[in-house]
Amino acid sequence: MPQIAQIMETWSSQVFWLLIVFGLVFFVIGRGMVPKVLDTVGLRDKQIADDLAAAQAARDAADAQEEAWRKQENANRDAAQKLVAEAKSSAQAANEAKMAKVQSAIDTRMDEAEAAINASREAAASEIEAVAAQAARDIAKQIAHVEVSAAAAKAAVQKAIANG
Amino acid sequence: MAAETAKVDPMKQFMIEPMFGTQELALGGFNIAFTNSALWMVIAGVALFVFMIGGMKRELVPGRWQMAVETFTGFIDDMLEANVGKEGRKYVPYIFSLFMFILFANLLGLLPVGLVGVHPFTFTSHFTVTGIFAIMSFGIVLLVGFWKHGLKFFSLFVPHGTPLPMIPIIFPIELISFLVRPFSLALRLFVAMMAGHVLLKVLSSFVIDSWGAGAGFGVLVGIPSFILMIGISALEILVAGIQAYVFALLSSLYINDAEHLH
Repeated sequence: MPQIAQIMETWSSQVFWLLIVFGLVFFVIGRGMVPKVLDTVGLRDKQIADDLAAAQAARDAADAQEEAWRKQENANRDAAQKLVAEAKSSAQAANEAKMAKVQSAIDTRMDEAEAAINASREAAASEIEAVAAQAARDIAKQIAHVEVSAAAAKAAVQKAIANG
Repeated sequence: MAAETAKVDPMKQFMIEPMFGTQELALGGFNIAFTNSALWMVIAGVALFVFMIGGMKRELVPGRWQMAVETFTGFIDDMLEANVGKEGRKYVPYIFSLFMFILFANLLGLLPVGLVGVHPFTFTSHFTVTGIFAIMSFGIVLLVGFWKHGLKFFSLFVPHGTPLPMIPIIFPIELISFLVRPFSLALRLFVAMMAGHVLLKVLSSFVIDSWGAGAGFGVLVGIPSFILMIGISALEILVAGIQAYVFALLSSLYINDAEHLH
């Protein structure tokens, strides 16, 4: 095994060159380059974290704005609905008042018309009586040659109409 | 050993050879020849550096390469965060260097560059190398432990709720298990890497020798061995990652002990 067979001639050279090369590796690479690489990574991680935080802040702000907008929107909608309801109720009230007025006018006209109809009917009925009495006097004169007085004819007609 | 008959010496890949005529290079009486092992350390270091360059673009939206680098740094960062906590951050450079250097060494040692005449060398299959890694991790644990907790660090060896009469027995057991850590750390990586490479070499010698012995042997032994090699190569890539991860994970767990005691 050369590791043992050659140890006496080679150990000092092995130690010497290893210390030189590893020393260079340690100081140039380990102490010089590795911290810079780690810094780069740390810087990048920090930037990513910052960007994420900024994005989160922007998102929160957007959420807050949306919330405010929603509140405003709801208030607006409530106001609009209130306005609509008011308009509706006032319109209804006006309608009802108008309707009542119209109705009362119609009622009056109905009453007047009814009264006029009744009056006409009564007038007509008395006319029929008069005509019937005249007719009854004429019939009695032509057929029975009886002169009936107007008052008696009228009373007889009235009696007949009342009996139906 | 089967080396004489097989013609493929499964141990030759672990031979350390001085390169560029530097075998006499010395510093304070110690030989510091630039060997093939040192060359592959440099290759692993340079490859890791080139890989890391791709992560230095520092773009806000990362490309694939930058993403890959950030995945690895993030992986180590998360591991230390999970095992050590907030204090783990300051160990990221060390654990990252350790993990990536071992990972690159393991993976580069598996490259089939032998096909173009280059001899790959896995320096993590040498316990001189893994031992130094282990000693570094263990040294950090000791330094941090005694620096932060002083002599209270020894309470690490007395788990919570240990009955008083048990302490004289528990303490040496815990102490020994603690002291064994650097050895287990070093040997685990070294053995895992070496075993895989030896296995691949032995199987390749089966393929070569069986075909050399005739087509019948080749079909009977060579082809199954070759199929097995493909599977084990895939397994070795997995092991390369797992061993680097285990080394880094255990180092961070031990550092957690030093930071927080129990």
